[in-house]
Amino acid sequence: MVSNVERYAWTAAAGLLLALAIPWFLWGSSRIVAGLPIWLWWHIGWMAVASVAFWLFTRRAWGIWITDRGERA
Amino acid sequence: MTAGLQLGIVVGYLLVALAVGLVAYRLTERTAEDYFLASRTFGTVVLLFTVFATLLSAFTFFGGPDIAYLHGPEWILVMGLMDGLIFAVLWYVVGYKQWLLGQRHGYVTVGEMLGDRFGSVGLRSLVAVVSLFWLFPYVMLQQIGAGGALRALTDGVVPFWAGATVITVFMIVYVVLAGMRGIAWTDTLQGAFMLVMVWAAVVWVLAIVEGVGTINQGIAAAEPGFLALGSEFYTPQRMLTFAISIAFGVAMFPQVNQRFFAAASERVLKRSLILWPVLVVLLFVPAFLLGTWAVGLGVEADIGAGENVLPIVLDQFTPSWFAALVVAGAIAAMMSSSDSMLLSGSSYFTRDVYRPLVDATISERREDLLGRIGVVVFAVGALAASLWVEAGALGAGSIGAILVDIGDLAFGGFAQLALPVIVALYWRRTTQNGMLAGIAAPQLVYVAANFVPALPTAYYGWGISIYCMLLGLVVTVAVSSVTAPAETEDAAIYFEELSAE
Repeated sequence: MVSNVERYAWTAAAGLLLALAIPWFLWGSSRIVAGLPIWLWWHIGWMAVASVAFWLFTRRAWGIWITDRGERA
Repeated sequence: MTAGLQLGIVVGYLLVALAVGLVAYRLTERTAEDYFLASRTFGTVVLLFTVFATLLSAFTFFGGPDIAYLHGPEWILVMGLMDGLIFAVLWYVVGYKQWLLGQRHGYVTVGEMLGDRFGSVGLRSLVAVVSLFWLFPYVMLQQIGAGGALRALTDGVVPFWAGATVITVFMIVYVVLAGMRGIAWTDTLQGAFMLVMVWAAVVWVLAIVEGVGTINQGIAAAEPGFLALGSEFYTPQRMLTFAISIAFGVAMFPQVNQRFFAAASERVLKRSLILWPVLVVLLFVPAFLLGTWAVGLGVEADIGAGENVLPIVLDQFTPSWFAALVVAGAIAAMMSSSDSMLLSGSSYFTRDVYRPLVDATISERREDLLGRIGVVVFAVGALAASLWVEAGALGAGSIGAILVDIGDLAFGGFAQLALPVIVALYWRRTTQNGMLAGIAAPQLVYVAANFVPALPTAYYGWGISIYCMLLGLVVTVAVSSVTAPAETEDAAIYFEELSAE
């Protein structure tokens, strides 16, 4: 099972993934790159990042907050 | 010629689905767990695509491109955040824990899972009744969509009532026979088919107009600023309200939630989670871009008068057989959402209303039979209501706009269940009274806000569903804090038992 620090780090990482799926910092931008708005490219890339993050999560930390609750109770 | 071809393809699809259903029927055991959950045997591909195809209602296929056509491609971000990420996190937070509990205790519905832990038949039935209340109009929505699509396809030769009735009768036969296993198999075929078709459509359009540059110039000329992120329609508040309330609603929609129980193993859940965001992007980006590109291509679609932009684009830029395939696929998408809903609606009724309240000693075989009868009653009831509504109130409106309106209302209604359930799954001190109050209060406020004309449905740009979700969270925690657990409660089911392994 992962450490307590890592448990919170994964929770924060999930928050970050959700927070930046829409690139708020590109608000109002209409720059086109390779035919599509740059903010759409960000989103597509971000979803790929999410997929990799989920892969890491399933390998390292699957079960946190669910099957590790007994030790702490 | 096109209409005949499209009809032929729709009928062909129905026959393939029926054949799959028959094979599934021959394979099933006559038990409720097998009928409703395929005995919890889904592998990665089937689980992934059955959840995916279940999510893709008419709302995604006709409503989504229409919104991207009217307001811009930001809809991709809204749906990506909603279905690709928030739902994926809930896949773990709600889905994995539910799956574990289902494996240990044989739960078939979320109401059953809550009723067992909180020792309350009332809670179990409340969750089922609330769910059926929102599910029923949503099934109607799919029937109205299918009836309208068949009417448009045949230029009125097949009237609305006939189209909706034929589709419903077919679904009844199919769902009664096939059960969860057959539905999931056709979902898999259909999800893969739509993915291929949507990409083929994009390539086709790009080949004909010689690149996306031409389209972008057209958009810039027709609607300057259309591609800039954000607009009067896409405010941050509205985007987040849609994404959050629909994602939480999806996770509690019976036909989606129930699929969390059906995975064969942890490995299946893990792999599906990893592939999920990629699958979502692969479908939504091309589907909604086609809607936005219609603006630059000079395609005229009168959404307000009931037209949908996607079929019009396909008609103008692809051969008629291809357009027919995609439209048939979209009708199939409506049906695959509806047949899953019928099955889940029936399981909620037999499992959480009939069994605990009427006959607790019902045998497995009889429950299986009752489940099949429930499908018929549910579908016929929804059809009668659909025909009644269509005859009176819905004459002039746009199918797309109505789909989005009612669809959003039902999703918001289901979203109200999510936070109390999550609190129950993760906070040991949640009590029976806390759950009853936390589920009932936001439902009442949400319904009142949407159906009492004097009450506004948004404050400071945020939709009422978000406020109601917060209300549900606060009420669940507050009431749990001040009440003692009932004697029948058994919190260990959700906590110590799971970590004992």
